[in-house]
Amino acid sequence: MFIEFFYLLRQHQLKISIKEWLDLIGALDKGLCGPGLLDFYHLCRSILVKSEVDYDKFDQAFAQFFKDFESPFEIPEEVWKWLNGGEKSKEELYDKIDPNAPRYQLEELKQMLEQRLKEQRSCHRGGNYWIGTGGTSVLGHGGFAEEGIRVGGESRYRSALQVANSRAFRDFRQDNIIDTRQFQVALRKLRQYSATVETARTELDIDGTVRETTDNGGFLKLVFEKSRKNTVKLLLLFDSDGSMLRYSRLCSALFQAVHKANHFSDLKVYYFHNCIYEHLYTSPYCVRGEWESTEKVLNTLGSEYRIILIGDGAMSPTELLRPGGNCIIGLYNELPGIYWLERIRDKYPHHIWLNPIEEADWDYAFGHVTIAAIRDLFPMYELSLEGIEKGIKKLLVNR
Amino acid sequence: MNESMNCFKGSQAYVAGPELMYAVNVAIALEKPLLIKGEPGTGKTMLAEAIAESLGKELIIWSIKSTTKAKDGLYVYDTVQRLYDSQFQEGDVADIKKYIHMGKLGEAFTAEAQPVLLIDEIDKADLEFPNDLLWELDRMEFYIHETKETVRAKNRPIVIITSNAEKELPDAFLRRCIFHYIAFPDSDTMRKIIAVHYENVERKLLDQVIETFYWLREIKELQKKPGTPELLDWIRALQLGGVKVERIHGELPFLGVLLKKNQDFDVVCEIKEKGYTRKGWGV
Repeated sequence: MFIEFFYLLRQHQLKISIKEWLDLIGALDKGLCGPGLLDFYHLCRSILVKSEVDYDKFDQAFAQFFKDFESPFEIPEEVWKWLNGGEKSKEELYDKIDPNAPRYQLEELKQMLEQRLKEQRSCHRGGNYWIGTGGTSVLGHGGFAEEGIRVGGESRYRSALQVANSRAFRDFRQDNIIDTRQFQVALRKLRQYSATVETARTELDIDGTVRETTDNGGFLKLVFEKSRKNTVKLLLLFDSDGSMLRYSRLCSALFQAVHKANHFSDLKVYYFHNCIYEHLYTSPYCVRGEWESTEKVLNTLGSEYRIILIGDGAMSPTELLRPGGNCIIGLYNELPGIYWLERIRDKYPHHIWLNPIEEADWDYAFGHVTIAAIRDLFPMYELSLEGIEKGIKKLLVNR
Repeated sequence: MNESMNCFKGSQAYVAGPELMYAVNVAIALEKPLLIKGEPGTGKTMLAEAIAESLGKELIIWSIKSTTKAKDGLYVYDTVQRLYDSQFQEGDVADIKKYIHMGKLGEAFTAEAQPVLLIDEIDKADLEFPNDLLWELDRMEFYIHETKETVRAKNRPIVIITSNAEKELPDAFLRRCIFHYIAFPDSDTMRKIIAVHYENVERKLLDQVIETFYWLREIKELQKKPGTPELLDWIRALQLGGVKVERIHGELPFLGVLLKKNQDFDVVCEIKEKGYTRKGWGV
């Protein structure tokens, strides 16, 4: 019956299967749904939505679908009583439809309702002006105005649309910017077990040993297996100063998440200012002298490291493309920043760039020239939960 | 909602919002597991206790650890004991049933009256764990290979599952659950929760405490926000310490009760002094 609602939810990228939909129908059949739209909202949400991340998508879809079903106004108690009273049969009313009745836009209707609520003093049925049941008034229910506001028997103290429209779960959206914990969950996906790569069989497989030994008539026969350890080594390169300051909260969330993640076989973090030149800093404050030479880092870290560069990539083109582009006075670079970026790209086959600027703005934001140049070098993803998940998939792919 | 069936309405010691009650009742009526997520300290585990108490049912708790296997919840076949018994000729070794010990899930299936089964922190276990339980939770039965018996639930238990969102749960598993996310309580609900735990908290003190607590939670630089248990401890500490009400917001006495991390402590101290912080990086 609400099948359009089902498709609308799916349009909003909620992964609802027929199974859940049938569950919902089953629940409705059992009479689990209370009389109000708010009850229906809670019932739908608990059955159809499986993660707080999706609550917001659901709220939006719900508000969109049911927006015409409910009045956003506070309706006085007595008006409800009038409306919930007896109704006239449809036949009685059919001949009263006026084809020349004016049609109203929703906004006008809302204003009319508000005004009428102030004027009306009594119960009303079957007319064409006051709020009431039946009749051709555009306000009320059970009537036959072609367009109008339904004022129907719903939960009175807090409407479902108010709940849905308040979008209290907006912060949990997956494409929203993230907090440390959600970050950690995303990073957990970045793993590759040594059982799936070519390593030596070094761990004693006890079950296998027992099985083989018994099959062998009781003579000990040892079986070894590959150890199940995460073999992923990670090198993080943070742009941590200048134009990145406004994203510092976001970057610090990522930073903390990475530090808490203890499932990497090795983790190295370096920082840079704007672009990578001869030096990589060891602290986010980018203090002169607290650094290692980029050449040395490239030579010591093997190509099995996976690289995540985090930065907005927005700078003046000279900073990226010319010698001497380093904007910190006194640090003249012989080689342009792009040279180092190319070195990194060529040395490490697994690399991504995370950008805190929204993807939609990459072509227009300040620094779009350099962003485009960097996108030619590295696959770039937005620094949001969705972006990270995509990026991590990319990092895991064997090329 | 039908009055005759099991209907959860919260309990004396547990303040449940209407949405949560709705989810619980839907899960009970549809005979599906209820998956509860929420920030630490929002009372996920307490919920199962409250349900069991208010419906007058036995509560069986299966707490999951990183090493827990799905099979552990069904039954354990004590081969070692049987081997010993055969060596020392004690007991009837032929009776395999004697060496089958029910796990928590098995216990819930064989209980005489309908129990409430809490599977606590399901995300602690291996990624595959929830998938391994699909059949058992769907059909409410499992097969014991050693005795060739099928254990079927006498009364379908009410299953409550909690998760701290440390791992993502598989879709196939989620599809079978009713889901509810316990949002962090707003200040009005928090007052009710406090009232349930402490009988007479001075009104002025309560106002100050709640204002300060939500102010702390707003600080985005905090790595671990204080939750309900911390707040309750803090109130107790303030009461015992006899701190003057006016001093609470300005001086933040006993801050260590609320904040559990050094960095968080520093952040709050800096904000208290300067009104802002640059310590977000946690290094």
